[in-house]
Amino acid sequence: MNKRRRFFNLLSSTWLWGVSLSVILIMLLLVIGLWLRAKPIIVEKSLLDLLFSSSWKPLRGEFGFWPFITGTFWVTGLAVILAVPLSLLAAIFLSEYARGRLRSLILPAVDILAGIPSVVYGVWGVLVIVPLVRDRIAPLFGVVSSGYSVLSAGLVLAIMIVPVIVHVAVAVMRTVPSAMREVSLALGATRWQTVKYVVTRKAFPGLVAAVVLGLSRAFGETMAVMMVAGNVAVSPRSLLDPAYPLPALIANHYGEMHSIPLVDSALLFSAFLLLVIVVVFHLLSRAMLRRLTVTEG
Amino acid sequence: MKRRHIEEKIMIAVMTASTLIILLTLLMIIGTVFWKGLPAMNLDMISKTPRGGFYLGREGGVLNAIAGSLYLSLGAVILAAFMALPITLLLNSLLKKRRRAADLIRLVFDVMSGVPSIVFGALGFTVMILLGLRVSLLAGMVTVSLLILPLTVRTIDESMRLVPADLLDSSYALGATRLESALRVLLRQVLPAILTGLLVSLGRAIGDAASILFTAGFTDHVPGSLFDPAATLPLAIFFQLSSPIPEVRERAYASAFILTLLILFISLLARMIMKRYSRHVVQ
Repeated sequence: MNKRRRFFNLLSSTWLWGVSLSVILIMLLLVIGLWLRAKPIIVEKSLLDLLFSSSWKPLRGEFGFWPFITGTFWVTGLAVILAVPLSLLAAIFLSEYARGRLRSLILPAVDILAGIPSVVYGVWGVLVIVPLVRDRIAPLFGVVSSGYSVLSAGLVLAIMIVPVIVHVAVAVMRTVPSAMREVSLALGATRWQTVKYVVTRKAFPGLVAAVVLGLSRAFGETMAVMMVAGNVAVSPRSLLDPAYPLPALIANHYGEMHSIPLVDSALLFSAFLLLVIVVVFHLLSRAMLRRLTVTEG
Repeated sequence: MKRRHIEEKIMIAVMTASTLIILLTLLMIIGTVFWKGLPAMNLDMISKTPRGGFYLGREGGVLNAIAGSLYLSLGAVILAAFMALPITLLLNSLLKKRRRAADLIRLVFDVMSGVPSIVFGALGFTVMILLGLRVSLLAGMVTVSLLILPLTVRTIDESMRLVPADLLDSSYALGATRLESALRVLLRQVLPAILTGLLVSLGRAIGDAASILFTAGFTDHVPGSLFDPAATLPLAIFFQLSSPIPEVRERAYASAFILTLLILFISLLARMIMKRYSRHVVQ
């Protein structure tokens, strides 16, 4: 009996280690595989050409990613500019002003927003935001626009990253010890002054981390953006121009263009770019969150 | 009134407004889906597959996508559970006192959770080509299971971490092996949390589109085996929404409605389980 128990115990620890390590190994292999498949195009073309040329003509073997890179920056940039004040203000409200009851009503609603699938955001964008931009906003500036534009994509994307930022920001501000707030209030500061000079200052690295996480979510978001951005391979010049972000490029062309040489290598190269950017952002935000918990202890 | 009191009032107004904007947008999104989706719903919609091709046929429903989505997401969650349970048990029993190793593994999954689903889709497709596979339910399941794995691991891990080390120590002190303690003490403590974690993952799995675009494919039929291509609700929305034919667009609206209902139901269920069962757990 004792031997059997010991045997199973030993078996189970090898099993636990085995499964965990093989999952991690599979992940690493996938990343390495991605790199290997993306390599031919980096060998063939210069990196500068790939990144900064705006000529995307796969049939002629020209792969300039510039229009897609700028498209990504316009759309995510707008989304972050819109989402950051909105979500930080809401997070401060939820963390510092709303009483427990109200908070426990609103936070689940924010979670539901986070759970809505990307395509459903896309449906909303196509049915509500695109017509709004086409019929109301573009005429205001005397511009004719199909509505499928940087502005539409940025608006939809902004709402998508709000829950990410709110969630992390609330969690971070709740870690600020309430004794610090009480000291500030006891000195006669108003609640907003307490928020301004004590809470947000203490929670600052965490709030930055929240924004970075939102940003990294925005970078990789594909379906909703692709449904409303217009997807024209030219760098946008204004908010009402269409854009063609990197993830949309992969989604539109991957799986159909394998007859043309180097195309899948080019697309996997852009997937690799996305991966690297997102990983760097995650490590950054992680480092900042870590600093926060370290200074606290 | 002093300046700082005026500032306080203004800021409260701005913050309330921000919160309201977020809540109203949520209502608007759900409202749009219901407003377009409800009129499109009928019995045929949920009991028939599209007739005459999903992009052109005017008749039939979205049964292919409903069935495909359920098969695919359930399969993916089961696969993810088989990977996540050993990983979380490892983190919280064998590595409970070796923080550094555990944190390193957590870091890997944390970083992985940020990888966009389109990248998983592209990776999945590359591996499929390498192995000579075609788009299939199975390929979709495997890709989605890797996509949701970090979420599954994190939700289960977060609750397992709350189990006090003393509880395990007492179990060891009574002579139980690590395996017995892990299965009979640790796992039992977090069973409701595991269910919640799997439901949250199911919600993520059923809603994702970018990862299955090239791996699960799309078809008019209900998949008959793991090696058939499978239609899914998110892709049914994506492909049919842009159709010039109104009846086809109706199918997209109905799919959006069904998908949103499923997601809301799943997240409600997860919340209820968490609330109801967490009070029996030793904290």
